[in-house]
Order: sequence, then structure tokens, then C-alpha cells
Amino acid sequence: MTHWIIAPIILPAVLAAIIVMSMRHHVRLQRIFSIAGLSAVIAITAGLAVQASSGTIEVYDLGNWPAPFGIVLVLDRLSALMILLTAVLALVVTLYAAGTDWDRRGNHFHALMQFQVMGIMGAFLTGDIFNLFVFFEVLLIASYGLMIHAGGTRRLRAGLQYVVFNLLGSTLFLFALGTIYATTGTLNMADLAVRVAEIPDSDIALIRIGAVLLLTVFAIKAALLPLHFWLPETYAEAPAPVTALFAVMTKVGAYSILRVYTLIFGPDLHATADVVTPLLMGAALITIIIGMIGVVGTNRLGRLAAFSVIASMGTVFVAMSSFTPETTSATLYYILHSTLATALLFLTVDMVRERRQGSSDGYATLPAFHQQGLIAALFFAAAIAMVGMPPLSGFVGKLLILKAVWPLPGAAAIWAVILITSLLAIVGFAQGGSAVFWKTRPAEEGPSDENAPLETPPAPKQGLAFTAAFSLLAGIILLTVFAGPMMGYLNATSAQLYERQGYISAVLTGPDRIGGDKGDKGHEADAYGDTDGHGKAATDAPVAEKEH
Amino acid sequence: MELLMASAIGVLTAGGLYLVLRLRSFPVILGVSLLSYAVNLFLFSSGRLMVNMPPVLTDDATGYTDPLPQALVLTAIVISFGMSAVVVMLALGAYLSSRTDAVDIDDPDPVPEAEPGAVE
Repeated sequence: MTHWIIAPIILPAVLAAIIVMSMRHHVRLQRIFSIAGLSAVIAITAGLAVQASSGTIEVYDLGNWPAPFGIVLVLDRLSALMILLTAVLALVVTLYAAGTDWDRRGNHFHALMQFQVMGIMGAFLTGDIFNLFVFFEVLLIASYGLMIHAGGTRRLRAGLQYVVFNLLGSTLFLFALGTIYATTGTLNMADLAVRVAEIPDSDIALIRIGAVLLLTVFAIKAALLPLHFWLPETYAEAPAPVTALFAVMTKVGAYSILRVYTLIFGPDLHATADVVTPLLMGAALITIIIGMIGVVGTNRLGRLAAFSVIASMGTVFVAMSSFTPETTSATLYYILHSTLATALLFLTVDMVRERRQGSSDGYATLPAFHQQGLIAALFFAAAIAMVGMPPLSGFVGKLLILKAVWPLPGAAAIWAVILITSLLAIVGFAQGGSAVFWKTRPAEEGPSDENAPLETPPAPKQGLAFTAAFSLLAGIILLTVFAGPMMGYLNATSAQLYERQGYISAVLTGPDRIGGDKGDKGHEADAYGDTDGHGKAATDAPVAEKEH
Repeated sequence: MELLMASAIGVLTAGGLYLVLRLRSFPVILGVSLLSYAVNLFLFSSGRLMVNMPPVLTDDATGYTDPLPQALVLTAIVISFGMSAVVVMLALGAYLSSRTDAVDIDDPDPVPEAEPGAVE
């Protein structure tokens, strides 16, 4: 058992505390530590990804408690991929924030960023569903702070909506966990997978409720319709580097759905098989449509980007909802792509806001701004990636998804929705891009907006910010060029996801387990069986084993 | 006891949901708190309701109460306490800077109009 698995969680946590305690007034020091720490996290997660790519499932027992009783961290190909993606994105975002001085506009940007990374890493690594809830709360609390970073009336009000919505989501999460625990008597994901598969008929209704409640919670995080209402306002109002990092937060929801509904409530589980796929598929198709209508209908670049996030989450879930290995690999590719593309889009929108008169991202005709050509090129690249035009990875991703859903029933409808909405997206992005970048008027002083500063903001050079944006673009290009090898890894990932027994036996009977464990469990179950007389006959055996 | 517990959870949830659907931040925060009380009770009862039972199984015990949900409830209480503090601060900040405690943001132009007698 190697201790490296916990390093991506511990390192940001310690670093965040150090940053808060000892360098709260030294932004320059904070930047150095933050960037150095995230670079170290990238190195560690890359090492873990190499380790996981061999196909072994590494299990880390927290506090050295064996699996169903203690909390475990599990590293498989999927987790390794997601933590590497998070680390890279966090570093890029931090570079951008440092390059544009976003981190000076409020307090504790870097500390909150580290806590955010810690929460996301934990959510990707944990193998215990209550622990998943705890890490969700960690990343949410950090995101509340980041969301209202630098303040402002409108941002605070949008932040309030965001927080209230997510508090309700957390409450629902606890209801779901209570239901699942009451029915199965365990919270360890691998153990749950075993228990749910052999659930007695009398408990099927309860476990179905638990499964759908859990789906609702993750759908809130992933902004699936009709639970997307928090997203447009939050993403349009939050500081842009933060929004770019939030690109991976919606993916935490997608990851959780993928993990829970392949491992615990798998596609071949008779208790829940007929609920999850139709619910997800229906919601996802409507999500794409509404998202793209939003893209066409908006008149601000920030909202354009926010609605395109909703549409891309819809695309992710259309592919994910049928839970076959082929669609899952396509989903994973699209998740990687859309995280990078979304982040790039939001950074570009922020560059526009920073330079334009009145810090406006609306579709009004304003004077041309500094570095307009460069930023327009970035926006063009991001738009091509988001709508899924060749030659960037969005095209490859959508192609893979269309190909993967072809053998499924209802493929015609899925094809129609994805292709028609892509056309809508092209219209929407073309409209936004031409209004902001093409239709400019000469830079004479014209009072278009009475509360805007009349002069265009001075243009900082901001090499670091452009480095960040261009490295995201480089990531997208790499993802396109190496789509073949990437798909090899992703196919292996989804094969591992659907080979549930490997995960279960790695967690429950790992190489470090003590051999005599099993016999003891049976004994305790007997002892407990006598004492139970409260109408919980259906669940007493699982509970007894859990309590051993 | 089961009836009392179940109806308490039900009433708290119903009250919480009603308050959450209000349009002002203060009732919404109260509603979120009520919901978190409801979910704490719900989690607590997911280990079954037992009276006078030890939480740890020993050789001569005639039964035991499940200690895990109590640990879960403790975690949930701590988290919801922290979250309530955050949301109160945030609501206060939003109120003080915009002079309105309405939860919805309807106009793109952030100039709130106070309802007569409602705010200020």
C-alpha cells in the first residue's frame, strides 16, 4: 500500500492552512506557494495516473481500518484521469489569476483555491459514499468563497442563490444516504455494490428511492435540466478564473453518476435498471436543447458561455445514460474535452471584460480594445471547440458519441438533437463573436453607458494570463492529435468500470487484508441475529456485518 | 416513538420546504435550517430507534443500538452549522450591498426597487 494516493488531498489542505496562517498579506508569496504546490500535485497525480494505467486498482485504508469498516480511497483509471485533469486545470487557473491580478481583488483566493482542489481530489478518490458527501461539502464551501471573491452586489446576490441551491442539494444527499444506509447497512461503495445486488424484494422500493434521490443530487451538481437553474447566473457572475475551475465541478457530478451507477446501481441490476437510463436520457436531451436555445438567445458573452456549459453537460449525459462500455469511453473523452474548452472559453470572456469599455461583455457596439486580434483568435478557437466543429477535439468528441449511440434504440432522435443543436450553437457563437469582435466603432469618446468609466481600461501585458489560455488551447490540440492513444486509455478505463468484480475484490479483499477476517464476520452476524426483533429482519444481516 | 419521530421529520420537512420557496432570504435561510434538522433526525433514525441499548456490542449484551448513524449525524450537524453561518453572512452581505433581501434576480440592470413597506 503506497501512501501517495492521499497526497493530492493532504498537500493542498496543508498548503491552504499555511497560506492562510502565515502569508495572508503577501500575495506574491501566496502565488509562489500556490503554483509550486499545484505543480507538485500535478507531478504526483501524473505518477498516480501512470501507476493506474497498468490496470491495478490501488486501495488506501484511511487510519488502516479494513475496507467495509473504515473509509478507503480507491485509485483506478477513472479516478487517476480525473485527478490529473483537476490538477492541470487548477494550475492553469491559478496562473491566470496571478497574471491578471484577480487574486488581489479579494482575500484568500489562493487558500480557497487549494481547499477547492482538496475537495475535488477527495471526491474523485474516495471509495465511501458518505465520505463523498463530506468532500462535496469541502469543495462547495471553498466554492462559495471563490464564487463571491472580490464581492459586488450582483455577485453576492447570485452567490446567495448558488449557496441556497447547493444547501438544498446537500440536504437531499443526506436523505438519500439515510435511505440507502437504512436499507443496506453500509456506506462503502464496494460493499454497497455487493449488498444492493442481493437486495431482497421487499426492499427494492426503498433502494429505488435512494438511487433516484442520489441521482437528483448529482444532477444538481452536473446542472441537468430541470436542476440547472443555479448555473447561468452563477457562472456569468463568478470571477472568471473561478468559473474556469468550476468547469471541473460540474464534472464531479458527472463522475459521481458514472461511478455510482456503474458500480453500485449497475446497468444490469434488476432493482434500478429501468429507472436510471430513461430518466437521464430524457433529461439530457432536453438539457442540450435548452442550453443551446440559451446560447442563441443571450446577449452577453458570459451567459453565452454559461449556457454552452449546460448544453455540453447535456451532451455528456446523452452519451453516459445508456451505460455501455462504448458510450462510456466516448463520454469520458467528451468530459476531458469540454472541461478544457469551457475553461478556455471563460478565460477568453474574462479577457474581453477586462479590456472592454465599461467592463461589459454585452453585445453592444463598443470601441475596439487592446489585443483584440489575439483574444478574438482565442475566442474563435474556444467557440470551435465548444460547438464541435473540426478540427478541434469537440468534433472528435461528438463524432465518438454519435458513433457510440448508433446501435442503441432511439439513436435517430439522439443524432437529430445533437446535430441540430450543434447548428444552433454555431449560430449563437457566431452572433456573439461578430457582435463583440467585429462590430466595433472608432475609439472616440461616446457616452454609451452613463455609469461606465469613459476611457477604455489600460492594457496590461499579462503574459502569464495568455500563457494560461494558450496552454488550455494546447491541451485541446493535444487531445485532438492524440485522440487515438487517448481512446485506448479511455476504452481500458470503461472496461475497468464495467468489470465491477475487480473493484469490489480490490476494496473488500485487498492484498493487505488479514485472512481471518471473514470467519469473524459470520460469528458476529449470528450473535446479532438473536437480538433483533424490531421488524428489520430484511436488513439485520447486513447491519450486523457492518457493525463488526 | 416511531410515529412521533416520523411525523416530526415530516412536519419539519414540510415547513422547511414551504419556507425555502419564499422569495426573501430570511425565510429561505430558516427553511434550510428546518430541512437540515429534519435530515438530521432522519439520519439518526436510519439506524433504527432503540431505547436503553449500548452502542457497542459486548458478549453479554442483549442488543445494541447502531452507533454509525450517530456519527453520521454529528458530521452532518457540524457541516450544516458551518453552512448556516456562511449563508447568513452571504445573505447579510447581499442585503447590505443591494438594500433588498429578495432572493430572485430578475432584471439585468441591478437597480432594485423596494416594495412599499417590505424593505427599509
